[in-house]
Amino acid sequence: MSALLSLHNIRKSFAELTVLDDVSLALAGGEIVSLLGPSGCGKSTLLRIAAGLDRHYQGQLERNPLLDFGASSGIGVVFQEPRLMPWLNVAENIGFVDGHKADARWVRQLLRDVGLEGRGDALPKQLSGGMAQRVAIARGLYGKPQVLLLDEPFSAVDAFTRMKLQDLVTELAAQYDISVLLVTHDLDEAVYLSDRVLILGGQPSRIVSELHVPVPRPRDRRAAELALLKGQALTALYQQPY
Amino acid sequence: MSTRSQSLERPASAWRPARRQVRFAPVGLLLPLAVLGLLEICVYSGWIPAHLMPAPSTLVLTFHELAAGPLWSHILASSQRVLLGFAIGSGLAILLGTLVGMSQRLEAYLDPSFQALRAVPGLAWVPLLLIWLGIDEVSKVTLIAIGSFFPVYMNMVAGVRNVDRKLVEVGTQLGFSQTTLMQRIMLPAALPYLFTGLRNGLSMAWLCVVAAELLAATEGIGYLLTDGREVSRPDLVLTAIITLALMGKLTDSLLKHVEKRMLRWRDSFSGQEQKP
Repeated sequence: MSALLSLHNIRKSFAELTVLDDVSLALAGGEIVSLLGPSGCGKSTLLRIAAGLDRHYQGQLERNPLLDFGASSGIGVVFQEPRLMPWLNVAENIGFVDGHKADARWVRQLLRDVGLEGRGDALPKQLSGGMAQRVAIARGLYGKPQVLLLDEPFSAVDAFTRMKLQDLVTELAAQYDISVLLVTHDLDEAVYLSDRVLILGGQPSRIVSELHVPVPRPRDRRAAELALLKGQALTALYQQPY
Repeated sequence: MSTRSQSLERPASAWRPARRQVRFAPVGLLLPLAVLGLLEICVYSGWIPAHLMPAPSTLVLTFHELAAGPLWSHILASSQRVLLGFAIGSGLAILLGTLVGMSQRLEAYLDPSFQALRAVPGLAWVPLLLIWLGIDEVSKVTLIAIGSFFPVYMNMVAGVRNVDRKLVEVGTQLGFSQTTLMQRIMLPAALPYLFTGLRNGLSMAWLCVVAAELLAATEGIGYLLTDGREVSRPDLVLTAIITLALMGKLTDSLLKHVEKRMLRWRDSFSGQEQKP
């Protein structure tokens, strides 16, 4: 199966500083891929390029024509912060792209999916950080995307909320058959969630290592295989020249 | 709830958060009432000559006398000018402010001129407006529109420029056009600034209406002021001033009410509340 979204030989510089050098990756249907690396390594930049938010780069971004096919809007994005419109309530935020013409039934379904049933009328200021991020996930799913791009979406919430949100995303990705590209600096998160972990490193960054996680879901966070893979990922991270 | 805890409870009324909403309105009347009381005493005891400063009780009589006669038509005339001028001025300001806020190029072309014009005191336009437009309604409404334009324009530009870049990015990612971005993200996000500008613009509008009516008018609150001066009746002048204060406060309160309703979503500091 050909990739839904692929990046070829991406090179990106800010002024004189090259942050990404010759990075290529491909996201296949139904796959969960993590981009792991230390902060400042350009992983969020790579995601912004994939999302079409950053157009000043060298290389090629290839979208599968399937992404623009049918009712789907192709790509959904969830940012590090919820980024909800404070003047709109939860339901209006989820259906934001359609405004007044939002599909109320689909919004209700998404509210159920993210565990916020009946909270559609709440304003963002009334939500906790975890709840707001759930709304952001629901908004990311509203356009029925085939690819979901997540930019460190769980980094601002507490450990328990983070685990719940991680499971929520894997469940929803399986339920709606969505490929996920996740940017994270959390090793446990990368290994627990992904089919593949791409480790970015070096100066400028390139993909220094790729790790396959052939563990069936649902996974157990305590599983020995995962611990082993975490060890390997850690080794790869440590081997980088710093 | 267990019976034990119920028996420990204080009467329900003590638990009701009835004092949550502290009403400050009556407190605001204390200062003016005290001043009025003091004046009354001063005038009646002869410390201040009555032909310069009429006693508040005289003012009430003058007010009563005027209210039976021309006061309402004066208020109506001024209010109409204010509303029309303010609507034109702030409408243009919202449009131009949004455009300049959205586009750096447009800012480079327009903003320096607006800033220079803003430095011109509103009253400096009066002679020119009289020459160009005559002494009828058009010149007055134009002056008010000019006066109320700049506060609204300044705040509108600031409002658009202060929109969180991250929220704009959400719209960009969803594939919004510039127009959609403006309607769905910039304008709502800039509303708090806009209301500050509108309230400032409205007070400018009242200022300008008096200026315009002082110079050339046959009715309006400003005319009442000139009339009072010409016949040396400070009670007339003071009545006009009090009417202005009341009208300004009333229209501002209306705007504030709308602001409160429309900005209910805001999550910001609203001042320390007094402990009951």
